[in-house]
Amino acid sequence: MNVSLLDIAHARSGDKGDTANVGLIALKPEWYAVLAKYVTRDVVAKHFTGVITGGVERFELPNLKALNFLLHGSLDGGGTLSLKTDAQGKVFSTALLRLFIQVPDAEAAAIGLPATTVTRS
Amino acid sequence: MSANGEKIVRVAGGQGFWGDWLEAPRRQVEGGPVDYLMLDYLAEVTMSILQKQKERDPAMGYARDFVGAMESVLAAVADRGVKVIANAGGVNPEACAAAVLAMAAQKGAAGKLRIGVVTGDNLLPRIDELLAAGHELRNMDTGEPLSVVRDRVIAANAYIGSTPIVEALGKGANVVVTGRSTDTALTMAPLRYEFGWGADDWNKLAAGIIAGHIIECGAQCSGGNCMHEWRTIENLADVGYPIVEGKSDGTFVITKHPNTGGRVSVPTVTEQLVYEMGDPHSYITPDVVADFTSIQLAPDGKDRVRVFGIQGRPATDKLKVSIAYRAGYKAVGTLVYAWPDAMEKAQLADRVLRERLDRLGLKFEKVLSEFVGANATHGPLAGPDAGRDAPEIQYRIGVRGPDKKAVERFSREIVPLVLNGPPSVTGFAGGRPKTEEIVAYWPALVDKTVVTTKVEVIS
Repeated sequence: MNVSLLDIAHARSGDKGDTANVGLIALKPEWYAVLAKYVTRDVVAKHFTGVITGGVERFELPNLKALNFLLHGSLDGGGTLSLKTDAQGKVFSTALLRLFIQVPDAEAAAIGLPATTVTRS
Repeated sequence: MSANGEKIVRVAGGQGFWGDWLEAPRRQVEGGPVDYLMLDYLAEVTMSILQKQKERDPAMGYARDFVGAMESVLAAVADRGVKVIANAGGVNPEACAAAVLAMAAQKGAAGKLRIGVVTGDNLLPRIDELLAAGHELRNMDTGEPLSVVRDRVIAANAYIGSTPIVEALGKGANVVVTGRSTDTALTMAPLRYEFGWGADDWNKLAAGIIAGHIIECGAQCSGGNCMHEWRTIENLADVGYPIVEGKSDGTFVITKHPNTGGRVSVPTVTEQLVYEMGDPHSYITPDVVADFTSIQLAPDGKDRVRVFGIQGRPATDKLKVSIAYRAGYKAVGTLVYAWPDAMEKAQLADRVLRERLDRLGLKFEKVLSEFVGANATHGPLAGPDAGRDAPEIQYRIGVRGPDKKAVERFSREIVPLVLNGPPSVTGFAGGRPKTEEIVAYWPALVDKTVVTTKVEVIS
């Protein structure tokens, strides 16, 4: 089943130098396992191809039902150097929520994951 | 005190950065009981701005908004015992304290303020001494030694922790003004002071730091900038700023005053917890290394979230240093193209402008074009059709480089496009964009032993 992160998670992002961080939080506690399983470092790195110049780090926070991603080389130097509208990485949060993941139907049904209503993919 | 006689200390967050809502500090001391008002003014680049101001006028170099904030809460501090903790001192805490005392004197309350002034974070006068002694002050991100940019350094401040603030409170201060304190220490220090936590009480110190992290961005934990069910967050016009209700065991509740807007819930607090997060296992501060994977959150009634289970580890033997250096110049200009074919026109304008810059032989470190309305925030993730048939597109182009004259020349090339570029263009009322000097941030580490803080209480 095609699942949109926008339907199953919320997020907030910020900056440290030229790195943006995105905290990805499950909208329901039982959905965290799906985030942890399918939103891998490689999937996120591929998603941000052409947007960031460095690597991706990933951390798990099961206590908060959240993942934290560090997107290196994402802010054109960051801080005052950056020429970007989003010099502080404030909206990398919703950029990550554009991601779709494929979850087997049975696994999705067991935890009530919504099929995407978004037409783009 | 709570109903069962257990001591509760209330720390209210009143500013999340220099430029935050001017109404917030007064609303925090008038909306209900609070013991401390915490005001965070310093972002990474703020110290360099303040350093430039101090170079022009030796009596400046602090967050001037703080004087107005103190005036707005003066009665609560002078007559009701509310204490204020702020890193408003910037690069000149003494001048900041003097300005607050002068304001209080005008209001007839000078005798009621005892201002604790924390200094010792400023390493600018000692840079060469430190480099000579073998402290390389390497950039934590790039690994380069500071010697690469030494001649362009304009500010250098160590991030200091809770200890000097606790000392100032112990000496009877009811207002504490610091320079480059960590944001989180401003909240942890009063909890540590009130509950007598030891300097090696790692779990409790970590809890105080995490309480600080939650409220250091003001309303960003109480419904502001909150994505979770944002349409249902009520009355943001009247948003309540956050309050920590701390207990001696290190557990605390995040809440806000009754009859205010916004929301405090597990999702609103979680969004703030992950904000600007690095490795969650190791949130390093001068006082303690806090573990964000230990944090437990639970709803505790309307607009209340209980926070518990927090673990910490011993602090490292280093302090982070915020160094600012001159890093060239930049300018950013914009034009707005209207329907039809707004995106195509804006893209043509970009090609024309870049060709003219090339012919002028102008060299830049970076030229960045964005099309606001299509791809400025999400870039290629917005898809190949982004901007197609948009009602309007803002064309935004910026350059940066070491050559000030080249950047200034660039800034004169934008407005001519209104008459000699693609059609249906407007939005140029600002004229030529301003050429700005870039002051960049250089994070480094230094041994704790080289930084000595000083606390003085003046009245």
